[in-house]
Amino acid sequence: MGKTKTLTGALLIVAMLTVTGCGGGGAASNETAAAPADPSDVSGEIKVLTPRTDLVQNGAMKAYAAEFGKIYPKVKVKFEPLTDYEGEVRIRMNTKAYGDVLMIPGAVAKGDYPKFFAPLGATSELADKYRFSDKTDVGGKVYGIAQFGTANGFVYNKAVWKKAGVTRWPTTPEQFTAALKAVEDKTGAVPYYTNFKDGWPLTAWSNNVGSVTCDAKASDRLAGPVSPWKQGSELNVIDSLLYDIVHDGLAEKDPTTTNWESSKTLIAKGEIATMQLGSWAITQMRDAAKKAGTDPDDIGFMPFPVQKDGAFCATVVSDYQQAVSIHSENKAAARAWIDWFTDKSGYSQKEGAVPAVKSAPMPSTLKDYVDNDVKLVERSEAETEKVNVIDNAAEIGLAKPDYRQKLIDTARGAQKGSLQDFFADLDKKWDEAAKTAGS
Amino acid sequence: MARRTGRGSARRGAPGDPPGHSWRSSPLRQITPWLFLAIPLALLITFTYVPVANMVFYSFTDWDGISPDRNFTGVDNYTQIFTRPELFRVFFVSGYYLAASAVQIAVALYFAAVLSFDLRFRNFFKGILFFPYLVNGVAIGFVFLYFFQDGGTLDSVLSWFGADTDHAWLGDPASANTSLAGVSVWRYTGLNFVLFLGAIQSIPGELYEAAELDGAGKWQQFRYIIAPSIKPVLSLSVILAISGSLAVFEIPYIMTGGATGTSTFVIQTVKLAFQFNKTGLASAAAVVLLLIILLITWIQRRLVPDEKVDLV
Repeated sequence: MGKTKTLTGALLIVAMLTVTGCGGGGAASNETAAAPADPSDVSGEIKVLTPRTDLVQNGAMKAYAAEFGKIYPKVKVKFEPLTDYEGEVRIRMNTKAYGDVLMIPGAVAKGDYPKFFAPLGATSELADKYRFSDKTDVGGKVYGIAQFGTANGFVYNKAVWKKAGVTRWPTTPEQFTAALKAVEDKTGAVPYYTNFKDGWPLTAWSNNVGSVTCDAKASDRLAGPVSPWKQGSELNVIDSLLYDIVHDGLAEKDPTTTNWESSKTLIAKGEIATMQLGSWAITQMRDAAKKAGTDPDDIGFMPFPVQKDGAFCATVVSDYQQAVSIHSENKAAARAWIDWFTDKSGYSQKEGAVPAVKSAPMPSTLKDYVDNDVKLVERSEAETEKVNVIDNAAEIGLAKPDYRQKLIDTARGAQKGSLQDFFADLDKKWDEAAKTAGS
Repeated sequence: MARRTGRGSARRGAPGDPPGHSWRSSPLRQITPWLFLAIPLALLITFTYVPVANMVFYSFTDWDGISPDRNFTGVDNYTQIFTRPELFRVFFVSGYYLAASAVQIAVALYFAAVLSFDLRFRNFFKGILFFPYLVNGVAIGFVFLYFFQDGGTLDSVLSWFGADTDHAWLGDPASANTSLAGVSVWRYTGLNFVLFLGAIQSIPGELYEAAELDGAGKWQQFRYIIAPSIKPVLSLSVILAISGSLAVFEIPYIMTGGATGTSTFVIQTVKLAFQFNKTGLASAAAVVLLLIILLITWIQRRLVPDEKVDLV
């Protein structure tokens, strides 16, 4: 008996030590990570955490590092590719070892940025040069610079749409569903592919907030008990379109077994006509077309089917933001890498994305948008933190697939309920959360 | 002999022991068992008790899983769990898995009983039945995703028999949960089977011989020899089945991600922690699940106490 007691006691002590030991955190320093004036001044080794495992494996990142090394000969850049980037980095951020340069995980609350990352400079200065700098602005300082941005819209197979007799972009949701109907009747292709199983492609729909009313601040307006799904609101229009597509049987037959990787080939071959995605996907689809032996130019990109004053709008949102770890010992070298990678590496051009540098030209993937005078609306992020807090408290997840999966289930009758009830329920959750979390 | 049986018999003083200070009373001997235990204990404490203690601690905070700051919120998380009925609704899904477990135990018992008799290709069948348990759960998830796909393996096999179903197997909650529970049966039958087979094979062969001499058939042998002797293993299987059904995770998480009404309590907990950054609330949910399982096990032990089996 005595033995058992000692053992239990020992366990308790160990447990308590661990619990208290975990409580502490690093103190934030206000030292700005500034790039050196003279490239040969900086030295050291920096580790860059990246979710682009593909680019590390095919040596593209190494080539970038070699280019960088020509200007900064004393800096050594190492990459750590992470397949489950979000999941792994968020756990590592409880320690001090999360690299020198990293992409800010979506789960980190904006207000916590100063606790994890070194400031990169005053917002007033950086905002002139870079897009999306308000996304990481905390107290007048910027904590992350975007790699690139992405415009939102529908990736579609031009040849299939043409075969269906639709050559002009639909200007209303009704025209859009009618066009999909024509695709179904005349081509045999799947008019719209939801990517329900993989889920994350469904989150791209949320990025249309702003496209509908051509309002950069549309996302900011969600910060409060505003019933985001009320009649006529952005999210109401967006999610109603998705509901109608599925409800009218214009999506794939069995959404529960979709496959993202194979969807690329299917759209390239014209077996799928349309998918809602960001402009980053265009390059991948064109690559798939090359591999499948079809014409890459058939892959087109069209804006959300709503016009404001006779013009289409498309929201442009920031991709991952690059930050310097507050625990980095080579902050100058880390900053030098971020600056070089964003400004001079040609990365965003190669990815066909909207460059973070304001003065750089739009990529060729967005040629359709530029030619047709689609107005690009850069999403304001002023209230993002508050919106995220409400979103999490309500357990809705605007940037998570779950509620749209439920929407699709409701639309195809696998889940009971009407669209109105579904929206009303979301509004109720949102407003309640906004009232308690907003205070 | 006495040396090996340890302290109890040592006091009786085995003959031939030197008097006075012996190895047995030396301090080194006192700590030797602890030295042997040190490594497993260290592993157990580091990887089981410390995380559990941390989890219990988090369940009293509003930690978001990342921020260095966390506030102590008392029993707020627990109040939330017990005042939000929708958090418990997912336990209905466990019903599918519980029903599946009953099937699973019956199937495993049947095969174990049949294969305990002398049959042709007996070891081959044993291997086949146990094999699914050895396959990694993630791989199983992917394999069965193709199996249930529209025009996938299941559909093609059915069409060979002329049954052209157009059914989306994972398409609606009832069908999806049944399909997933079916996968779980396929996976875990092997484990139950091996447990039962082990218990059956530990029955001395003379009992069967004696029974046969008395003119007992196979069914009577099963009813009066096999069934009573595997009762403890059976009750263990039932406990495992119940706790397993309440804590289903791998298969539905990989195959459907909890969509279409297939979310279980554990999936819901994971989503709370990693999607909505409510690590505190999720920890509390995990603690509640642990307590529920402990409670059910305790009730079951009260209802069906372990009795000593005496065959002879």
